[in-house]
Amino acid sequence: MRFLFKTDYEDDIRLFPHSGYVVSYGLLIAVLLIAPYVLSSYLMSQLVFVCIYATVGVALLILTGFTGQASLGHAAFLAIGAYTAAYLQKYNVPFPVYFLAAGLLTGLIGALVGFPALRLQGIYLVIATISFAFIVEEILARWESVTNGNEGMRIKTLSLLGVAVPRDSPAFYFLCLAVLILTIVGTLNLLRSPTGRAFVAIRDSETAARSMGVNVALYKVKSFAISAAITGFAGVLFAHKLSFISPEMFTLQLSIEFIIVILIGGTFSLHGAVLGAIFIVMIDPFLTYLKDDMPGLIAGVAATFGAGTDSAANVQSKVAAFASLNGLKGAIYGIIIVLFVLFEPLGLYGRWLKIKLFFQLFPLYKRATFKRQKIYVKSERNR
Amino acid sequence: MLDFVQQLVSGVALGCVYGLIALGFVLVYKATEVVNFAQGDLMMLGGFFAFTFIGMMGLNYWVGFAGAVAVMALFGMLAERIVVRPILGYPQFSIIMATIGLGYFLRSIAGMIWGTDDFKIETPFSQGVLRIGALVLAYDKLSVIAATVILCVLLYLFFNKTSLGTAMRASSENMLAAYYMGIPVKRVVSIVWAISAAVATCAGVLLAPITFIHSNVGLVLGLKAFPAAVLGGFGSIPGAVVGGVLIGVIESMAGFYLPEGWKDVAPYIVLLAVLLLKPEGLFGLHVRKKV
Repeated sequence: MRFLFKTDYEDDIRLFPHSGYVVSYGLLIAVLLIAPYVLSSYLMSQLVFVCIYATVGVALLILTGFTGQASLGHAAFLAIGAYTAAYLQKYNVPFPVYFLAAGLLTGLIGALVGFPALRLQGIYLVIATISFAFIVEEILARWESVTNGNEGMRIKTLSLLGVAVPRDSPAFYFLCLAVLILTIVGTLNLLRSPTGRAFVAIRDSETAARSMGVNVALYKVKSFAISAAITGFAGVLFAHKLSFISPEMFTLQLSIEFIIVILIGGTFSLHGAVLGAIFIVMIDPFLTYLKDDMPGLIAGVAATFGAGTDSAANVQSKVAAFASLNGLKGAIYGIIIVLFVLFEPLGLYGRWLKIKLFFQLFPLYKRATFKRQKIYVKSERNR
Repeated sequence: MLDFVQQLVSGVALGCVYGLIALGFVLVYKATEVVNFAQGDLMMLGGFFAFTFIGMMGLNYWVGFAGAVAVMALFGMLAERIVVRPILGYPQFSIIMATIGLGYFLRSIAGMIWGTDDFKIETPFSQGVLRIGALVLAYDKLSVIAATVILCVLLYLFFNKTSLGTAMRASSENMLAAYYMGIPVKRVVSIVWAISAAVATCAGVLLAPITFIHSNVGLVLGLKAFPAAVLGGFGSIPGAVVGGVLIGVIESMAGFYLPEGWKDVAPYIVLLAVLLLKPEGLFGLHVRKKV
């Protein structure tokens, strides 16, 4: 293991704490760059979704993880980004322009949402963002002259500097990957800056932050705007990937999925957003696998352990029936959320840290290192 | 004018259902500072149990009703024991997520068990109508209003006049202090969840003749009950019902007088306005902590 001795403040905020980071992330990026030439087209498409979800996850992390403002309305920001792209594309606006315009507009709307949110805390903020998302959803469905209403909008193939970039080409994947990496690096730099430190201060204690001279209102609005703008960028890519958007794609369900992304990944580190995105996008292929291969597998196991062929076939049909039940995905989502909240509140990245620490400190590892503290706050009404 | 009164009454009846779900939120919030996002799904589950007892097993309406309430009260306790108790005392966000997960789970399970069709429960009130002049009032809507008033009064008395109610209020103010004063906080929280699940079941059964019971009804109505609870001030029992009635009336008026589409957003626009102008709600206590 490696001991890091920090001797000045520069050490504390360095982007890469030591050379190992450069090597491991360089390898990761190399693998990601080779990926489109190795993986099947279905997995590629899933990988693009991972990039988009991870970008939204990072955006949500800035707001929820680092500023402590919970939001269940990020599907609305995604929708605004997607619809801006679709609308501007109709007038032959080039991609870089509408890409930036979508981010700008979403950021602006995010700031507008941030203002009312200044007075709200905890559960009230969650409810306010839910209602914002509902209102946006309804506007998208009713403002037919712009959004085409419930019929939805088609998105033309992306063309970047005169070159067509089809939605299933490696080039589109590289574009999404580039946006994700830029977002992550940008966010890391943001978190090293005074702004990012103010965000974290507000999350940890608003009163303390205020008494240290942090302009709480300004930074909360900033956090909303930045988070919304990044989500808007992701929305443009989302629209291009789907090539068709309609209001019922941007429901509360999607907002909850984004929250699940950061919850399952871990809300305290950017790694969490990426891990959570991988998790949530891969759950569909996993369920398909479960549906197709699981019954045969279980029947095979049953047959090897002495069950007759009849009962093995019986088991197979029963498992198949169970795996193809309609609501299975929702139930699995529900169970996963509850289990993560109960047993792994630090998320997948927290689990990785624990494993790493276990090997680093091998004989001396203490389980209590990551134990959560109960706080038993007094009534929020008296806060 | 007649149209107006007709809309008003149906709005009030619908609003009472919202109010009943909001009552569940408020009860749990009042006693534990936890917001239960699965409240609507508890209502849906209660409706399905009642449907099973009455529609499928052919029991008497009242017996089935009581049976569903009892089963759901137990279920509420179970949900509290498994999902909420381990994370009591942790940040609110964890609990919100846990109850959202619980809601997901219940919705899917209900869809698996009872299917995704609409179901209807035959009630003793579903046939008749009350005529006052030219005004036609269906009994099922009146029954919802009556039941809401009764439940609201009972709960109000329970919270303010019984020692258990006082214990609940105490544990909500300061859980640790209440524990030191000898209040069995864990048991109190269990009971609160049981009561709130029972209230949700009442809402589900009363709702069945008005909107049909299906596996997503909890999500739709649960999200309408939030504006109701916030409007009344989270934590006020009369506030929840008044908020629910207001939301119901606003919704049915918006559906009748405004262009299509306003009906669904009107409650949320009102909610945002209330949150902006008076975040503590109409009946909420505004207490400042002294430093």
